[in-house]
Amino acid sequence: MTHYSLWSILAGGLTGQKNWTRAWRDPAPKSEYDVIIIGGGGHGLATAHYLASLHGVTNVAVLEKGWLGGGNVGRNTTIVRSNYMLDANAHFYEHGLKLWEGLSDDLNYNVMFSQRAVINLAHSKPQLDGYARRGNAMLLNGIDAELVDREAIRQMAPYFDFSETARFPIYGGLMQRRGGTARHDAVAWGYARSASSRGVDLIQNCEVTGFKIENGCVRGVETNRGPIGAKKIGMAVAGHTSHVAAMAGLNRLPIESHKLQAMVSEGLKPLIDHVFTYGAGHFYISQSDKGGLVFGGDLDGYNSYAQRGNLPVVQDVASVGMALSPALGRLRLARHWAGVMDMSMDGSPIIGKTPINGLYLNAGWCYGGFKATPASGWCFAHTIAQDRPHALNERFTLDRFNTGAVIDERGAGPIPGAH
Amino acid sequence: MIQDQPRRHNMIGGAIDRDKPITFKFDGEKYFGFEGDTLASALLANGVSTVGRSFKYHRRRGVFSIGSEEPNALCILREGARAEPNTRMTQVEIYPGLVAKSQNRWPSLDWDLLSVNSLVSPFLAAGFYYKTFMRPKGFWEKYEVLIRKAAGLGTASGEADPDRYEKAHRHVDVLIVGAGPAGLAAAKAAMQTGARVAILDEREAPGGWLRFDRELIDAAPSDVWLDEAVESLRASGNVLLLTRTTAFGYYDHNFVAAVERVQDHSAVPDPSKPRQRLWTFRAKRVILATGSIEQPLAFADNDLPGVMLAGAVRGYLNAYGVTPGRKTVLFTNNDSAYRTALDILMAGGAVEAIVDMRANPSSAMMRAVRDLGVPVYSDSIVTRARGGRALTACDVMPRNGDQMPGGRPVTVECDTLGVSGGWSPAVHLHSQTGAPLTWREADGVFVPTDAPHNCVSIGAATGMHDLSDCLNMGSAAGTQATVGATGRAAVSATPDVFSLREEQAMPIREIPLGPAVGLSGRGKRFVDLQNDVTVEDIKLAHQEGFVSVEHMKRYTTLGMATDQGKTSNLTALTIMARQRGVSPDKVGTTKFRPPYTPVAIGAIAGQERGAHYRPLRRTPMDAWHAARGAVFQNTALWRRPHYYPKTGETIDDASAREVLATRQTVGVCDVTTLGKIDIQGPDAALFLNRVYTNGFAKLPIGKARYGVMVREDGMVFDDGVTSRLGETQYLMTTTTGNAGPVLSKLEFYLQTVWPDLDVQVTSVTEQWACFSIAGPKSRDLLSGFVDLDISDAAFPFMAVAACTFAGVPARLFRISFSGERAYEVAVPSDYGEEAWSLVVAEAERLGGCAYGLEALGTMRIEKGHVAGTELNGQTTPSDLGLDGFLSSKKSFIGKAMLDRPAYQSTNRQKLVGLKPVDGKTPIKAGAQIVEDPYAPRPVPMLGHVTAVAYSPELQSPIALALVAGGLDRLGDTLHAAYPLLGETVLVEVVSPHFLDPEGERMHG
Repeated sequence: MTHYSLWSILAGGLTGQKNWTRAWRDPAPKSEYDVIIIGGGGHGLATAHYLASLHGVTNVAVLEKGWLGGGNVGRNTTIVRSNYMLDANAHFYEHGLKLWEGLSDDLNYNVMFSQRAVINLAHSKPQLDGYARRGNAMLLNGIDAELVDREAIRQMAPYFDFSETARFPIYGGLMQRRGGTARHDAVAWGYARSASSRGVDLIQNCEVTGFKIENGCVRGVETNRGPIGAKKIGMAVAGHTSHVAAMAGLNRLPIESHKLQAMVSEGLKPLIDHVFTYGAGHFYISQSDKGGLVFGGDLDGYNSYAQRGNLPVVQDVASVGMALSPALGRLRLARHWAGVMDMSMDGSPIIGKTPINGLYLNAGWCYGGFKATPASGWCFAHTIAQDRPHALNERFTLDRFNTGAVIDERGAGPIPGAH
Repeated sequence: MIQDQPRRHNMIGGAIDRDKPITFKFDGEKYFGFEGDTLASALLANGVSTVGRSFKYHRRRGVFSIGSEEPNALCILREGARAEPNTRMTQVEIYPGLVAKSQNRWPSLDWDLLSVNSLVSPFLAAGFYYKTFMRPKGFWEKYEVLIRKAAGLGTASGEADPDRYEKAHRHVDVLIVGAGPAGLAAAKAAMQTGARVAILDEREAPGGWLRFDRELIDAAPSDVWLDEAVESLRASGNVLLLTRTTAFGYYDHNFVAAVERVQDHSAVPDPSKPRQRLWTFRAKRVILATGSIEQPLAFADNDLPGVMLAGAVRGYLNAYGVTPGRKTVLFTNNDSAYRTALDILMAGGAVEAIVDMRANPSSAMMRAVRDLGVPVYSDSIVTRARGGRALTACDVMPRNGDQMPGGRPVTVECDTLGVSGGWSPAVHLHSQTGAPLTWREADGVFVPTDAPHNCVSIGAATGMHDLSDCLNMGSAAGTQATVGATGRAAVSATPDVFSLREEQAMPIREIPLGPAVGLSGRGKRFVDLQNDVTVEDIKLAHQEGFVSVEHMKRYTTLGMATDQGKTSNLTALTIMARQRGVSPDKVGTTKFRPPYTPVAIGAIAGQERGAHYRPLRRTPMDAWHAARGAVFQNTALWRRPHYYPKTGETIDDASAREVLATRQTVGVCDVTTLGKIDIQGPDAALFLNRVYTNGFAKLPIGKARYGVMVREDGMVFDDGVTSRLGETQYLMTTTTGNAGPVLSKLEFYLQTVWPDLDVQVTSVTEQWACFSIAGPKSRDLLSGFVDLDISDAAFPFMAVAACTFAGVPARLFRISFSGERAYEVAVPSDYGEEAWSLVVAEAERLGGCAYGLEALGTMRIEKGHVAGTELNGQTTPSDLGLDGFLSSKKSFIGKAMLDRPAYQSTNRQKLVGLKPVDGKTPIKAGAQIVEDPYAPRPVPMLGHVTAVAYSPELQSPIALALVAGGLDRLGDTLHAAYPLLGETVLVEVVSPHFLDPEGERMHG
């Protein structure tokens, strides 16, 4: 595998790009592995990378029914942050943020992690008080947070509506400077390349069609490319968790499938230098390095596996966008799509063991999946390798919905579509 | 004027009006055009060859196409707040005074410093940025600043869009997308039955390629048929014909969205009209007559200005009288380019050569061209385009399979090279429905298949080339759709057509690459012109394992430009298929995403901007509050008086005055915004008993009761007072913020969980104006207005009655939030302002005043009543000291979940009061409660401050908080830490009931 560096780029230019080898191998599945990860998305690939690099577990296969990175890691709004209030979330996502800070180096792949600051806009003092509660908790947890006032936001984003007639005037905001964006596909590819180079078999177009379970222990999976045995199996198929888990007999997971919309404008010269969330509507905005304004919208509001959204949410995003910055009016929307979310009953994920020995579950990511990728893979690898959760994910159990120890950041309750 | 336009033919051009010359500016230069011109046709007429720079290498680019598929000719249209980046010149109709600017170049289009990228392009292959910019560690953001500046396309103005947009909706029997020959034939057939028909076309006039081609219909030029068809549709009362209207999204259940560019063809919109209009159609049947898009061929330096699609060359000539070149060469893999040759020859122009990839082209069209003396190089290819600033010649060689032929090329001088790689059906909308495509090997295109039953593609959108076939198919589809939609049949005559039959294309678009690639950046074979993706980039993606079509797209950025790959995806797919040794249908296509062409965000937002975004709700007394100088605060969508400052008063002064006046005499507060839900029906009592945690079945008529609702998980959802107005009628009140959610929840349970209950619920929030009258003198005040015995014996705490108030029908409630003796009066909204002003005047006479949210909040905090910040969805009734409201005698929503172990933990954060230990330092809302704020991070957090106030009666700051262990910590000293400001306040845990804990004042 070619090591990536400025020198390899120069060599590529001088050799007509003959120096580049495959980013990952394309092996045929073996009959047996120590660990199978179902799902070649961000979390599955990250899990494989950390299993191999931190736990020495390299006899691993990642089974992907389509193409690597084809799930939500490839259709999100690329935002990375750890601005959480509740301890369990805060420590987990902050661990993830620290991994992000070294990720390009760890993977020898430029994931373009850009710590350009994430700012949550508040439109009234009570709203800012609510954000302050979170910001104070972040600081006490050792995570960076700052209050910013209206003037500071005007400096950062002069194109926002600071007029007297703004419907929801910008009052202030909570900023996490270390938050930002990353190139989403590169994250999947970087993990894939690293895992593959450490011996992990990445098997695309390999759909799991059933599980082999004996005496409450997993033994392997059935696939469209034949049976594959394994002592341990991790599921990382957010978006289709209910479907895959049902094959293993886990029939009533606390998850609903919803589609979340995102959209992008035509390419523009730099306009928005940070990530902003609007406080009076479900909306966030940033600008990709290529120049497109990236907008996040709301759930369509009904259960679905379709990776496409309907118009009402697009209209809502456009109108919130116009409320935030009337300069967006003449810019054009180039593309809109949807990703299928595992919406959990408390808005927080599930990473841990299942009632079946050797079967591990990584699910329920709601909107938080992309930024969680490194932390999720790190914790899931630990959980699989050690057969017990790490302190960072020990509260993200399935059982918490029985005990009531839910991790409900927004207090939206057991209404998956409301988180 | 003609003499100013070196490339304008003096006869041809039905789309322009030569009597109406128009002056416009491009990059500061003044040019002439004619009404009817597009910016692209006008610039071509003026001989302008370079109109833009490419995204990555900043290479010179000219107009490439004649439609919305244009990858090259993008500009910033207009100036100032109306500036519109990335606008396709091929779709801009010129108007007097038009100003356009090229983009993505610095300092000028002609001298672009970043064209150095072209020189170093060998080092900038697909995905190079994933492999570098990683040293020094953490330096990415520094590189990123430069990369962001170099990337992007046009520049946004940053100014508020001054124009207006609107939305329109239609239900139709048949929606036809595309008013070309097939679409028009379909519309004519459908129209005759009286069906409701809408037909849309993205161009400025109907006709599709009839406007660009020379055809005969019924032995007359096709314009005659076209004019007649359009006239009959326009005359019909049941047909909506919209031009300049792009159907961009095909959503579930035959819901199609389109954008109409109502006024984009004028400098400033007519004040009576919107700039654009967003249409949404719900159609029984949809007919997609979206046409097809000509594909390019990938040979070396195929991006030089002067290389255009062959159909575009023809279209500019026939419609606009523009002869892009004096010497034209055509390079094709199909017959359609011969049409271009014939039309150029008929216009008196010169065709230097036709280079045909096919071994033995034999059609009548080909023979006609050859007979006119044009050299036809069959089984040949153009190996490269030559030229510096623009095309000057091209190299022609015999084809040698996939290999570069040996020998020396024939160099043919030319200034225009029309290329045609065949016509790819515009399947975008079809694909958006989720329906599949089928690969047609013969000419190498994907055609639509298996459409939903209520949708059909016709004409060129199915891969059909022949005009008579298209008209026949259109007529049949129009009839069939009408039958399907309305049950009425139609008969439609199909005209005779004289059309030269075209032979099929060969499915190859990649031309072998010669040896001449050097460090100059010359010799690139572009596939995606806008994003500068080359054949070599696609091959590199394959070499590195990015073989899935989605990987190839994402790794190379192919098809991700503003044109979404309309002229590049197909070529790229076939290249990848050949690399992999599989058929292109195995490679598949990437997902077709809406919108078909980019849509202005303003149009999608429509009127919902500024004050119309989430329109402000005002109570009937709003004008009074404003006149009295109230400072307002937003609560949900409402605005409410925050406080009523007197001259010189701060918020604290005003609030303290209002609180004291209320507690000592009487205060009145506008509480109209609280949610009010009328609940009626024989099962209403049973229903409420299930909804609330406490009992409501036995609430007597004429009584009110405070109720608590919990969610399914046992967390408190909302609280409020519900009154029984009659045997089967209740009035529920909710918090302001939860008025909608509570109603939704009631509806949800009635419709889906307990459909057996006979209960109706409806919001009456806006029907009643409400105000509370609180304080020791509240009864005195009230007695002058109501026709009711309101003595404590006759009207005790929690009594409810209908009455008249100042002669107006009203409802009177004896309830209290402030902890004082208090009443709430509801009058019909129309009487609200008058009743309110009477009450305030009387209150002021008694020494009281109107009070706002700040005073209301202070009084509720003094009493320890919970509100929004405590009802945060994370608290159980027990956390808030509401255990007394949990009935053990009945079930209610959420009851079962309250027994879960985590809810019983002694360490739960529960409601307490806080006072600063020093008695004077204010506590801040949002502070976290900790034992030691200076401990090493992470510091264990015990809870947080939910609400703060200054109590004028206690003369101390007070606060409510949720703290682990709750009142077990009574008397403890803790910190209210606010590290965001580097502050912490030492606080003592006290009871949350700061005043009158027994409620003596309230009961009277």
